[in-house]
Parts: sequence; C-alpha cells; structure tokens
Amino acid sequence: MPVTSVFDQLESLLPHVQKPVQYVGGELNSVIKDWDSVAAHWVLMYPDAYEVGLPNQGVAILYEVLNERADTLCERTYSVWTDLEKLMRRDGVPQFTVDAHRPVKSFDVFGLSFATELGYTNMLTAIDLAGIALHAVDRGLDEPFVVAGGHAAFNPEPIADFIDIAILGDGEEAVIALTEILVQWKSDGRPGGREEFLIRLARTGGFYIPRFYDVEYLEDGRIRRVTPNHPDAPWRVSKHTVMDLDNWPYPKAPLVPMAETVHERASVEIFRGCTRGCRFCQAGMITRPVRERSIETVGKMVQASVDATGFEEVGLLSLSSADHSEIQGIAKDLADIYEGTHTSLSLPSTRVDAFNVDLANELTRNGRRSGLTFAPEGGSERIRAVINKMVTEEDLIRTVTAAYSAGWRQVKLYFMCGLPTETDEDVLQIAKLAKEVIRAGREVTGSRDIRCTVSIGGFVPKPHTPFQWASQLDHETTDHRLHLLRDEIRQDRQYGKAIGFRYHDGKPGIVEGLLSRGDRRVGAVIEEVWRQGARFDGWQEHFSFDSWMAAGEKGLAGTGVDVDWFTVRERAHDEVLPWDHLDSGLDKEWLWEDWQDALSEQSVEDCRWTPCFDCGVCDQMNTSIQIGPTKGTILPMPILKKSLAVNSGS
Amino acid sequence: MARKAPDREVIPVVQRVRLQYAKRGPLKFSSHRDFQRAFERAVRRVGVPMAYSAGFNPHPKISYANAAPTGTASEAEYVEIGLASEVDTAKLLAALQQAMPRGLDMMDAVTARTSDFAERLEASVWRIALPSVSTETIEAAVAAFMERSDVQVSRMTKNGLRTFDTRQAVLEITVEGSETTESGLVCAILRLVVRHLTPAVRPDDVLSGLGQVADLVFEVAPRITRIAQGPLTESGNAVSDPLGPDRHTVDHE
Repeated sequence: MPVTSVFDQLESLLPHVQKPVQYVGGELNSVIKDWDSVAAHWVLMYPDAYEVGLPNQGVAILYEVLNERADTLCERTYSVWTDLEKLMRRDGVPQFTVDAHRPVKSFDVFGLSFATELGYTNMLTAIDLAGIALHAVDRGLDEPFVVAGGHAAFNPEPIADFIDIAILGDGEEAVIALTEILVQWKSDGRPGGREEFLIRLARTGGFYIPRFYDVEYLEDGRIRRVTPNHPDAPWRVSKHTVMDLDNWPYPKAPLVPMAETVHERASVEIFRGCTRGCRFCQAGMITRPVRERSIETVGKMVQASVDATGFEEVGLLSLSSADHSEIQGIAKDLADIYEGTHTSLSLPSTRVDAFNVDLANELTRNGRRSGLTFAPEGGSERIRAVINKMVTEEDLIRTVTAAYSAGWRQVKLYFMCGLPTETDEDVLQIAKLAKEVIRAGREVTGSRDIRCTVSIGGFVPKPHTPFQWASQLDHETTDHRLHLLRDEIRQDRQYGKAIGFRYHDGKPGIVEGLLSRGDRRVGAVIEEVWRQGARFDGWQEHFSFDSWMAAGEKGLAGTGVDVDWFTVRERAHDEVLPWDHLDSGLDKEWLWEDWQDALSEQSVEDCRWTPCFDCGVCDQMNTSIQIGPTKGTILPMPILKKSLAVNSGS
Repeated sequence: MARKAPDREVIPVVQRVRLQYAKRGPLKFSSHRDFQRAFERAVRRVGVPMAYSAGFNPHPKISYANAAPTGTASEAEYVEIGLASEVDTAKLLAALQQAMPRGLDMMDAVTARTSDFAERLEASVWRIALPSVSTETIEAAVAAFMERSDVQVSRMTKNGLRTFDTRQAVLEITVEGSETTESGLVCAILRLVVRHLTPAVRPDDVLSGLGQVADLVFEVAPRITRIAQGPLTESGNAVSDPLGPDRHTVDHE
C-alpha cells in the first residue's frame, strides 16, 4: 500500500490554528527518504508541543543514528495542540510526521521519549489520533510497535498497557539492535506475528516487553511478585550503556527549526552520567557511570554544530557541566576560536563548588553574558546532608560574591521543597541564605543594583534512587511551606525587593509522583483522565488536578489502593517495588543503605575522586568510569566555506 | 548590566544586494519572523561579510520589504542586505540557495544601484484557489464586487477590529477556471491585482469583500500565492520586475 503525505488535507486546517509553522517541518538538516527504499520505518515522538520537543537531545540523536542507516528511515511527530486535534478529528486527518507528513500508523516502530511522566496523556492522544489501537494487546500485524524510552522508561509500569516495548538507558545502540531484529523478522516474512518479533527482542535481555510479565498483588495492595510468563523473557531486563562517547558524536548536524522553540541554540553533550550522588536525582542514579567526551571531540562537535546550523549559542550539556575534567580548556580554546564572532557558550545550572569566575568569563567572552544559575537544592546545611548535596553556606556566599564582583548582577538559585525529613525551618533557611547573598553582594560591589532569584518546586521521589522508599510530602503542606517562605522574603524591608521568588505549587507534583512510582494499576487512571480530556499536563494552563483526582478514584476503584497510597506512603525495606525487575545496575541494598545514611544525615563522596563505594552499576553492567584529562587541545577546523568575494575562483 | 558598548570599528556598507525569494509548499505557513531567523542563520553559515549596525547589540544590516502574510505562498518576496566587503552576487545566490531550508527558495540576487526600492512595490498579483466554490458562483460575486465603488470589510488586527474599504485597492479580478487538489478538492482559480495602500488590503480581505457582496461563505480555507509584486504597468493590470532598474543600470556586466 503506498504511503502518501496527508499535507494536502492538513493544508486546509492550518489557517485555522495557532502557530501553524510548528506542523510543517522543513527544518534545516531534516531528512526525507523514499518510503520504499528502506526496510525499517521509525517515527520518533517527544510527547509535547513542537517548541518543547524539537530541542530534545534524545530524539535528535536517534533521528540521526537511524537515518544514517541505509535500510532505515526515521521521521518525527509532536503533540498537536487542542485546536488542531479538534479539526483533525472532525476531518479524519490522522497523526502525522512533520518531515514528510506521513501517517504515523504506517510506520513499523513508534518510539516515544519520556523526559517526564506528564507526557503520558499526550502519548494516548497521539496513539489514538494515529488510528492505532490504544491497548498494545489489541494491535494488529500492520500497526506500529509502540516503544517507550527516556528516563521515565525506568518505571514504565503505569503505561504498560499502552506500549509494546520499553528501552532503559542510552538509545544509540539499542535502536540499532531493535532495527536489526525488525529487518530480519520482516525479511523472514513476519513469522509468528507481533508476538514472535517481541520474543526475539526479549531474548536479548535488553528490551522490556510488559506483556511477558505477570504482576500478582498481596491482600493489602502491595505487589507479591512480578514473574515472566514466557520462557524467553528474562527475570530482569537491563539498561543500555554506551561506552566511549567519542565514537558517538551525535547530533552531527542538529535540526534548525523554522518555528521558535524554547532553546534557540545548538547543544553538545560533554559527558553522560553523574556520580555526585545527590539522593533526589534520578538522572544521576540511572545514567552511571560518568563517561566524558574528550576535549577534542567536544571541540569538533561544537564547530560542526555552529557550521551546520548558524546558531549563535552552543550549550555544553551534561548533568553537571563544570565537573568535566577539562572544562576550563574547552571554554578557553573555544573562546579563542570564536574570538571576534558573536558566538557564545553556555552551561546549564552550575554546581556552586565547581564554579569559578575564570570559567564564566571564558564562556561569555564572545557573546551575551546572561544570569548565572546555581542549585543548592536545600536551604539548610542539615537538609543538604540528607540529600547529599554537599555545599556549605560559605561556598555559596564565596561563589556568588565572586560572580557579583566580576560584573554579574543577577544570580538564580534553585531549591526543592518537600525533601525527606524536612521541616518548616529548613525551608525558611532559604530566605536567610538569599538575604545573605544580597547582603554580601552589596558589600563587595558597593552597589544596590544586584538581584537574586529563588526558584523552588516540590520534590517528587523517583524510582531507582535512595528516596524511592520515601513518603512524598502532601500538596497542602508543600504549599504551606512555600507560602511561609514567600512571606519571609517579601516582608524583609532591607533585602526583600532584591530577591525574586518563583515557585510551583504542590499539586502537579502529586500527579507526577503517582505516575513516577505507580504500578500497572495506575494505567486505568491515565486512560480515564485522558478520556475526560486531559492533555498537556506539563502546562499549568492545561493541567487539572481535580480531573486527575477524580480519575484516580474511578481508575483505582476496587483495588484497595488510592493516590495517597502511591504518593505520601513510605515504603518498607522488604516491599517489592514495581520496577524491581528493571535493572538500572544499582544494587537495591546499596540504595537502601544510602537511604538510611540520608536519614542519619551522612554524606557520600563522589567515586570519580575517591575509591568505589559499591553502588553496583559498573560490576552489574560491565562498565567503568571514563574521564580525562586527555591533555588535548581544540584546533580550529579547516574552513570549508567557499569565498563569496568578487574575483575569487569559485 | 553596567557595561559600556564596546568601541567597535563601524565598517561602512560597500555593497547592497537585493534578493528575491519564494515561500513555497508547507513553509508558506512560516511567519515573517520565522523567515528572518532562518535567513540570519543562513547568512552566518555561509559566511556572508555582513555589515553590522553600531551600538551595544549590533545587528546585521538586513531590510525586508512588504512580506506576504503567514499562510500565504509567494514567488516574489524581497530582502536587501548591506555588506562590509564586496561579493559576487551569483556566488552569493548559489550559497544562500544551499543554506536556506527547502521551501524558502532564493531566486535572484542583484546589486542595488537605485534607491526607493520599497516605493517601487506598487501592487501585487495574487493567485487564489478557492476550494468547493464553483466558477459560476465566484464569477457572479466578482461582477457584483467590481460594480461597487466601496466594499467595507472588518479584520482583527493587533490594534483591535479595523474596518476599511477593499474595493479601491482592487485593479482587476479574473476567474481562470478550476483545478483539483491531491485530496480531490475542486477549486475555482482567481487572479487578483491589488494595489498596495495604507492600510494594506490583503487578498483575504478581498475574499471577505467578495463573500459579503454575494452572501458567500468560503468554508474551506483558500490557497493564496503572490505571483509577483512591483511597479504597475501602463495597462494597470500587471506588474513589472522591481529589480529591473537595478539590472538595467548595469555598466560592466
């Protein structure tokens, strides 16, 4: 059956919707291949609006990795806003890709990358708009296999009914492995139907196929056990870890969107993984070990990105970029290469103890100097010991005053509210810290023209972290503490006006908590709230707490458990957790000990610089830390641009 | 931040180049701002020796003329750039053609040798495909519209609802038969010559006027393309090439 573009139908709808450019594709460096020239057809989705989804690095990397294969094509789709959804339903226009506007249902594999669980309802909209059966077991031979990846896939149980496959960890090698198995199965004539393909994947031990596992419950609602129901399904499914990132320098030619997006810059990931050991941080726990890209590769990737895109800013991404063993050299060499151009480098939020002014000056030598962002996360020394974010108040004040005296006028500080063992007093300490920042800043600059913004949100306990057993703080108490803090800052006559305060209320965090630590019973809640119209739950103007709670009651009716059971309940040591059969490499006993250390305010060092403390990952996954310094330097790449000058040869 | 604007050497503009480009296919839904971002990035990638404005936040010297509305295709959009060193326009055109996204297609590049380019854009020729409207119906509407001396329509602008005359700006409307789109929509085809006035009368405003005089509702969105814009010819129902004067003052090509 020929696969044709739906653009002609879409064209009549786009004049009636907001920002139609987000649906037309046409990005520089996007790829359109002939449908019949390849054996495997992938569509990737970041389940949010285009402006948020396009800059996503995971999708960008896999898009290139897949399109580089001669036997594969890969296109992208994003969530359509409700105005277009309504028109598409009215006129029968299916979910489409932005590359060639092909119907999503025609593809072999539909891969979704979940950075957050709040994208689950958007996944259901896309599956449904595509005309694919909502439940995986109802899908026919010609429907796509729905694959979940991204950090949320480390506990895909709440969406187990809707997906065929989950992939844990790094995607680069995993999507290739899946493609090869797919191409073989197709060329064999698709023997054994969908099930046979899924069995072939399960046998590798690196693909989680929810339907091959049965979950049994105890009378009190806890899980009794999770067991494979197919002989070829492994007891535990492992995460994927790409070693030697220098061999995987993606994206090589990043997509440059026509529409405006949330990040107008190219991004280069300078390392993956983090062993700082912050106990709240799921990303740091599940991406171990630390694997650096060498200074040479980073230099080549930055230059290739600027050349391929024309962006004026390059973000040097990782979980804690100032921790790269050669960050200083990277910043200096690149600033030298871009001297005299309007090209700036940026780091995401920086650790207080890894920041220095020389580094910040190099990063902004050729471009804009915006604010600096630090993330102390906890307001009191005590709570920072609980979460293992070991920065002292002295460190913070020293760093921030150095930045103020070097000319920065604006500093942003990130915190969390609702951390385990937290009291009102711990949160109020944030106000004290912010006032001290302003006081010290005024002293060193002799100016009142400095500002500090406190940004704070509710903490959500996540799977595969030491806090996976913790009780989540209820939203009423979260909001109460945030209001106490707000008043404490605003009422201060001396410093209040110099401190900005931004906070997110506690309700969305409860829904995120339900979805993060939920099990398969939560699937009914997601389906119910979606049927009641939930869309774009990550957007404040679309999120409805009341709808979620009503769906929670309906979806969990008869199970004996409720939303509170999944969120504010503390788990015991011996409880079977919904994700225990999914192996992130972390030893559950180590996590439990770390949880106990948290409760007794004991900190843990970073294994990059101290002996191993047996978190389990390197042994279990057969991986190891890869860090520099390599003592290399970044050389300017030969300029390939042809001269445009009059009289020069062409 | 209390930093002084750097004392940059301001390099004078040594050459101005006028470029014609088309907005085609899906990218007709890009806005003028979207085009600007794409164009500025392309210029950086290609290494065009742009002249920059002075000041704290220098901008490349680029000026845009009379851009077609978002959602409207065009074969005749224009942009002018100021350069700090001289370039070969043919090489510049070829480089930009490669660097721009498919659908924002650079068509021509000519060194500016005249002023008042914007004033030369006196009128546009538009082609409109009207889905699900018969040629007879639209012919009657056109006749009724042309008989009137004044057809007021209202459009929501960023300054609120505005009401203005559309008839005066319309020099000619012809019905050029019908065609069928890929998905089987049968469309009546109009050719429209519209003078550029202030406030601007857009082709969709003329459609509102046609709808109003004939009591028609266009249920499926029309597909509009600017075919050309430039100085009106003597006959008053066509335009000539606005880059013509720059081309014809050539003395050494």
